[in-house]
Amino acid sequence: MDFEPVIGLEVHAQLATHSKIFCRCSTEFGKEPNHNTCPVCLGLPGALPVINRRAVEFAVMLGLATNCEIRLDSQFARKNYFYPDLPKSYQISQFDRPLCEHGWVDIEVKGETKRIGITRIHMEEDAGKLIHEGEDPNASYVDLNRAGIPLVEIVSEPDIRTSEEAKAYMEKIHSIVTYLEICNGDMEKGNLRCDANVSIRPNDKAPFGTRTETKNLNSFRHVQACIDYEIGRQIDVTLDGGKIIQQTRLWDANKKQSKAMRDKEDSHDYRYFPCPDLPVVDIDQNLIISLREKLPELPDDKKARFQEDYSLGHYDASVLVVSKEMANYFEETVKNGATAKTASNWITGDLSRFLNETKTSITESKVTPERLTGLIKLIEDGTISGKIAKSVFETMFETGKEALEIVENQGLKQVSDETQLREICDEIVRASPSQVQEYKAGKQKVFGFFVGQAMKQTKGQANPQVINQILKELLS
Amino acid sequence: MQITGLPLHRLHQKRLGGEITTLQIVQAYLERIKAVDKELGAFLYVNGESSLVQAEAVDKKLARGGKIGTLEGMPIAVKDNFNTRGIPTTCASKILKDYVAPYESTVTRKLIENGYILIGKTNMDEFAMGSSNENSAFWPAKNPWDLERVPGGSSGGSAVAVAANLAAGAIGSDTGGSIRQPASFTNIVGFKPTYGRVSRWGMVAFASSLDQAGPMTQDVEDAALILKAISGHDELDATSLKVEVPDYLRSLNQPVKSMKLGIIKNLDLESCDSQVVDIYKESINFYQKQGVELVEIEIPNLEHVVATYYIIGPCEASSNLGRYDGIRYGLRSDAKALKDLYEESRDLGFGNEVKIRILLGTFALSAGYYDAYYLKAQKIQNIIRHQFKEAFRQVDAIACPVTTTPAFKLGERINDPLKMYLSDIFSIPPNLAGLPALSIPAGITKNNLPVGLQLIGDHLQEGKLFQLAHFFEQNHPIEKPKLMI
Repeated sequence: MDFEPVIGLEVHAQLATHSKIFCRCSTEFGKEPNHNTCPVCLGLPGALPVINRRAVEFAVMLGLATNCEIRLDSQFARKNYFYPDLPKSYQISQFDRPLCEHGWVDIEVKGETKRIGITRIHMEEDAGKLIHEGEDPNASYVDLNRAGIPLVEIVSEPDIRTSEEAKAYMEKIHSIVTYLEICNGDMEKGNLRCDANVSIRPNDKAPFGTRTETKNLNSFRHVQACIDYEIGRQIDVTLDGGKIIQQTRLWDANKKQSKAMRDKEDSHDYRYFPCPDLPVVDIDQNLIISLREKLPELPDDKKARFQEDYSLGHYDASVLVVSKEMANYFEETVKNGATAKTASNWITGDLSRFLNETKTSITESKVTPERLTGLIKLIEDGTISGKIAKSVFETMFETGKEALEIVENQGLKQVSDETQLREICDEIVRASPSQVQEYKAGKQKVFGFFVGQAMKQTKGQANPQVINQILKELLS
Repeated sequence: MQITGLPLHRLHQKRLGGEITTLQIVQAYLERIKAVDKELGAFLYVNGESSLVQAEAVDKKLARGGKIGTLEGMPIAVKDNFNTRGIPTTCASKILKDYVAPYESTVTRKLIENGYILIGKTNMDEFAMGSSNENSAFWPAKNPWDLERVPGGSSGGSAVAVAANLAAGAIGSDTGGSIRQPASFTNIVGFKPTYGRVSRWGMVAFASSLDQAGPMTQDVEDAALILKAISGHDELDATSLKVEVPDYLRSLNQPVKSMKLGIIKNLDLESCDSQVVDIYKESINFYQKQGVELVEIEIPNLEHVVATYYIIGPCEASSNLGRYDGIRYGLRSDAKALKDLYEESRDLGFGNEVKIRILLGTFALSAGYYDAYYLKAQKIQNIIRHQFKEAFRQVDAIACPVTTTPAFKLGERINDPLKMYLSDIFSIPPNLAGLPALSIPAGITKNNLPVGLQLIGDHLQEGKLFQLAHFFEQNHPIEKPKLMI
């Protein structure tokens, strides 16, 4: 029996404002517990919230970048529940009048483009954090540095059908928020996290099944793994004759499985109502116009332009535009005189591999676009071979030196001088009579032996084309 | 020489004239507090030492030839729901019994900037919920005109402080009549400004969309002085209005002739005490005789205001008071499990009236009830707002009683909350509509009990209220009742 999964994601992104959403406290990460707090984010009696306009602008930008309608009279609402990390006993969020609605983004899976609807994007404040280790082993501690950090929650339509699509969607959202520079996008720090709603149904005409919500997935891999797990679990339950119950689940990244947190009947009644401390968020058309004008080129547009301007293939362009930094790096390299295709190969190949292995960001790479261009030029003008270039790149990545400097210091220049190479080849042919005989008897493969010897003697620096040509002459 | 009991603008005149010193003023009030407040229960905290030190400093400044403002060095009492840095702010609740505010409310900060002396924090109904001051977790304040009667509430302590001459003026807060009703019960002036005129920053919230701070004073001029000092836009309160604050003192002596005073045609005077009705009618007749035109108006939905108020108020309160959970500050039970800690702390910390309202609000906001209660109440609120707006096309102000009766006896209504709630029918509409309103002394009943007259103004038209009230005060002298203490 086949099943079709139906998936919707709720992505939470921390907005990269300097101050919190309703007070002037810093949003700086890593401060001592409760350092970044004031009467507002501590929820002291009598304290009142005032909206951070910058946070609103960031959220509007996101709405525009995801093709949403922007509500001109958006409203904050209180979501009431008790928890020690929630100092006011309510979270200021949005309910029936969110800032952005009815948008979409395009994702690409296996070369196919698919449009995923965005139901809404609303603004809210983050809660604090409970710490269960401290002086008193029987006590729990509350750190409210995070309380009041601005968040947007991006709710997708249930348009996603596979875990690959979910991952691609999450990656797309990540690209967009980082392109807009409204979110740091650091998933390990929880800057971007998501909840996955999953259900299954027998076929694409059937009504949606009962869904579960798995909370707090903070990496692309977890999103995919968790959804695969949940689809599998729901299919197993259904095939065993069981019923899926509506529940909230928690993903355990170590065990790669989720467990039920609470069932629907235990779910909170949040008693939402408009927050009386905050007037309607006043947004005028001029603000929208000016923010739209200020929007940077977004991933999809950039990809199209890269294909067009640099004659890059679809795949190369897609990989390059995933991050704005990589795309900028690429353009910088080309601007310095590197061939687009070669630049793209190096960036998506060796550079990306080294960056990943060393967990370095591309902006911190010691191989700058200028230096990469230097290396590419050395290959293209024949100064070094492609093979040597790989080891030169490695040294560049480690030391930050110029390619030319490394080549010169280590004497790695490619030898293309015919007289010099002819001498070497002559020597080899003379010293290997049996191999010559074999070759002349028709054993073509032996040709490789001669090339190998020549390369060995020149420490790989011989220009392979010249060597080939000379050896062919000598052996004919 | 008489000091206590004089309006503070007159104390200031005497001070400038060299008749008295600031220190004498403060000493006189502190002595009066010492003598009678054990009986009256107006104060929860008295700021004795520090008041005297401040007073001396003001006198020195004056002696040096420094210029001092009217409020400078004046001992003013502040309701205990305003955060005053370093001084307890309890809201007359056990849950905040030992709570000391680490920051200053905007109202008191502005008063500090005007050089006032915080003589003490006053008693109130717990979290400003009540109309009698009997809901104080500590002790009830008593009406100085009849010690067996309540002073009204929730700003009962502030009203008593002014009426019994324990402070030169006071600050109260008004959510459904909490400044005006006790002012009416105690023969003083109480002013609730337009919603947003005075910042709510640092005033502990009861019902955020209705709460508004205001002065409680010996006379209208004092009210104008204090209101001017505490008004104005505040970046820390998103609901505070970005408008200039006029000089209310200039409104005081403007002529009232040919002003139009609205009389609500459909006012339910049936449920009122007959002496209250008589005083009300006599007051509007006085205005008419003085050339003020009486215009009949209609606020058709007036009968729904109490129900509307008792939905919106509790809904907001249930959310506002969630923060008193025993986790960060205030009373905490020694329960070990989290849920028990919440339940026990709140059970021990809150009094009955507060619990009733939290339950009411929690219920009304619950899934499936929201539309029927909160949403409907909001719709009625909008209708009432609109009806007042319409009425103010025709009139400069509206007159009506403050409340249905004079001060009632302690304990008389404690078991009849509905009767207590219904007596707010005249004081609630200005809060629902966000309009300014005041209570001025208008008459005395046969039992020596004061009764106030309420004047309601249009949005931001505090000036017209001062104008009408000042005229009334100056030209319609009423015999002051005799203080019982």
